[in-house]
Amino acid sequence: MRHILSLLLENEAGALSRVAGLFSARAFNIESLTVAPTEDPTISRMTVVTSGSDAIIEQITKQLNKLVDVIKVVDLNEYRHIERELMLIKLTAQKTDRDEIKRMVDIFRGRIIDVTENTYTIEMTGTGEKLNAFIEALDDSIILEVVRSGVSGISRGDKAIQS
Amino acid sequence: MAKKREILRGAEIFCRALKDEGVKHLFGYPGGAVLHIYDELYKQDAVQHILVRHEQGATHAADGYARATGKPGVVLVTSGPGATNAVTGIATAYMDSIPLVVFTGQVPTHMIGNDAFQEVDAIGITRPCVKHNFLVKDVKDLAKTIKKAFYVATSGRPGPVVVDIPKDVTADSCEYDYPKEVEMRSYRPVVKGHPGQIKKAAKLILSAKKPMIYSGGGVILGEASQELIDFSRLLGYPVTNTLMGLGAFPATDKQFIGMLGMHGTYEANMGMHHCDVLIAIGARFDDRVTGDLEKFCPYAKIVHIDVDPSSIAKNVPVDIPIVGDVKHVLTDLIDLIKNDKEKPDAKALKSWWQQMHDWAAIDCLKFDRTTDVIKPQYVVEKLWELTKGDAYVTSDVGQHQMWAAQFYKFDKPRRWINSGGLGTMGFGLPAAMGVKLAFPEETVACITGEASLVMCIQELSTCLQYNTPVKIISLNNRYMGMVRQWQEFFYSSRYSHSYMEALPDFVKMAESYGHVGMRIEKTSDVEGALKEALAMTDRTVLMDFVTDQTENVYPMIAAGKGHHEMHLQPDRELA
Repeated sequence: MRHILSLLLENEAGALSRVAGLFSARAFNIESLTVAPTEDPTISRMTVVTSGSDAIIEQITKQLNKLVDVIKVVDLNEYRHIERELMLIKLTAQKTDRDEIKRMVDIFRGRIIDVTENTYTIEMTGTGEKLNAFIEALDDSIILEVVRSGVSGISRGDKAIQS
Repeated sequence: MAKKREILRGAEIFCRALKDEGVKHLFGYPGGAVLHIYDELYKQDAVQHILVRHEQGATHAADGYARATGKPGVVLVTSGPGATNAVTGIATAYMDSIPLVVFTGQVPTHMIGNDAFQEVDAIGITRPCVKHNFLVKDVKDLAKTIKKAFYVATSGRPGPVVVDIPKDVTADSCEYDYPKEVEMRSYRPVVKGHPGQIKKAAKLILSAKKPMIYSGGGVILGEASQELIDFSRLLGYPVTNTLMGLGAFPATDKQFIGMLGMHGTYEANMGMHHCDVLIAIGARFDDRVTGDLEKFCPYAKIVHIDVDPSSIAKNVPVDIPIVGDVKHVLTDLIDLIKNDKEKPDAKALKSWWQQMHDWAAIDCLKFDRTTDVIKPQYVVEKLWELTKGDAYVTSDVGQHQMWAAQFYKFDKPRRWINSGGLGTMGFGLPAAMGVKLAFPEETVACITGEASLVMCIQELSTCLQYNTPVKIISLNNRYMGMVRQWQEFFYSSRYSHSYMEALPDFVKMAESYGHVGMRIEKTSDVEGALKEALAMTDRTVLMDFVTDQTENVYPMIAAGKGHHEMHLQPDRELA
């Protein structure tokens, strides 16, 4: 089963490679990984999307907690949560296609953020599933570049995951 | 008024920090990146530097020192090849959770990443085989980082920590302040176990009809041997130890049923298979212990006590996990059990012990005592008798290691020193040297084989230089014995590259290093030779025992088999 793990870790050189190294050394799956500093610049937030049986997820959580740089690990699947991913996508947009692409972007509640004579660059957020749906709705031949951020997640309600 | 602190150079800070940490021995080898540090070492005498002959020897010696004393072993090597040579020893310590602090020199900070002379990414290379590692980029962080390294290495589940120090950091200066304690928000090891879980465990333990206590290296690392003994005596349950746990419970005690696992005793493994409650204490359900997981302890409810949560339910699901320091948890359990109205089921226990004795009657460790060709088991047994079971015994890896574990009955913790997890050949001799430095008055023996011994043989020079008279018991069968055994069993006796052609004359070799060499070829000479060697308390003696080439280690659980499917010697198959 797919799980979203939210980690707080020391914002130190090497902390990212410790996490990445752990996943490869122990043959754990990793679908996406995002990391950036939090409101406290000494702490980074990392969101890891992984998959595995309950026993494997338990082991992943424990092994992450064991890393000396890791302050906290939370499995967001255990909470009501929201997940979002950012996609930047560049499309060929010839005159005749422009209206149709614009309508599609509106339907998916994206925004066109850069325009040239031949292209549109679009920004879109949502679940991975929604972003996939947008890509599938497009004609493959007009897709020039896809840049996706990987998943970020946060719990719903008053509860906050803090160090 | 705040006391004005001294301004020291990084190299001085290094030496002062070791002194303030109470380090007595530093195992190392100099090189370009650590020359500032070596210059400072020259000017002080608080820390004795032991010059090894290869960096692998430094890490193993520090490791042996740590296993015997419980104190962290400390190593200093240079950058590049110094660091890479140390990796095998670091990984060895990591697999067995041994506290080491390894300092590696590094090229100056402005050259890092430039493929400088003797540069290697020591942090990257060691990351998967350390508990933690640090790169010190500023001299102001040096003292604090050293303190953290010792704290992380020795607390919680211990392990090796690497501190990589660029050369310019050892030349720069700053105020010296060695912190008494460090606080790390991301690292807070658990000590006390959860009271609710301990209560549940006590109930289950007291309800057992066929209990087994299975304890591992964690009991030794956690200094909980006495608590294990008290706990076991209180209950009267059978005790088995893992390879790493030998000595935590006295091997000559009537409740001890031997080591378990691949080459464990018949009674221990059958006990595991048939038990209804398994109490795992500071053990990690290693594959050499469990055999086939599908067939592991099919009837048992399992209590597992371990300081490392990730050890729990990693290989085997457990019914009652308790995360905590084994010493604390056992103390709490003893209190609860003592005060419980419920007592162990004496009737059930009696018949369980009867079953144990029936299994033990099979005498699974029997070997031929009639031949004049030296049986390796006999040598170990004689060594045990002559040292009254009280020597420090290191070993390498292979058949001799298993025979040492089976036939030297360890009654005290920290006496049995071997590379259990990584299985590192070449460990025994440098480890013995480290032990002897810690305990100059004690008998230290290294039970080894001729293949393992030569892997770190250069340390014989170190033994001479620092006067560490150890006894090397080499069980020389002219084969890599355990490889040969597997080739005999599983590869139709095709002995592919497992035999040792062109062996040196070990007697002359010992002599050329300034030690005593002995060659023993007949069973009848074994005892006399051992006595003679042990009597030479001021000399390192290399004893080359020419042993039976075809002897195999029994009993044995083959890969993919369960505890109840052991092989005994060929003429007495049971399972």
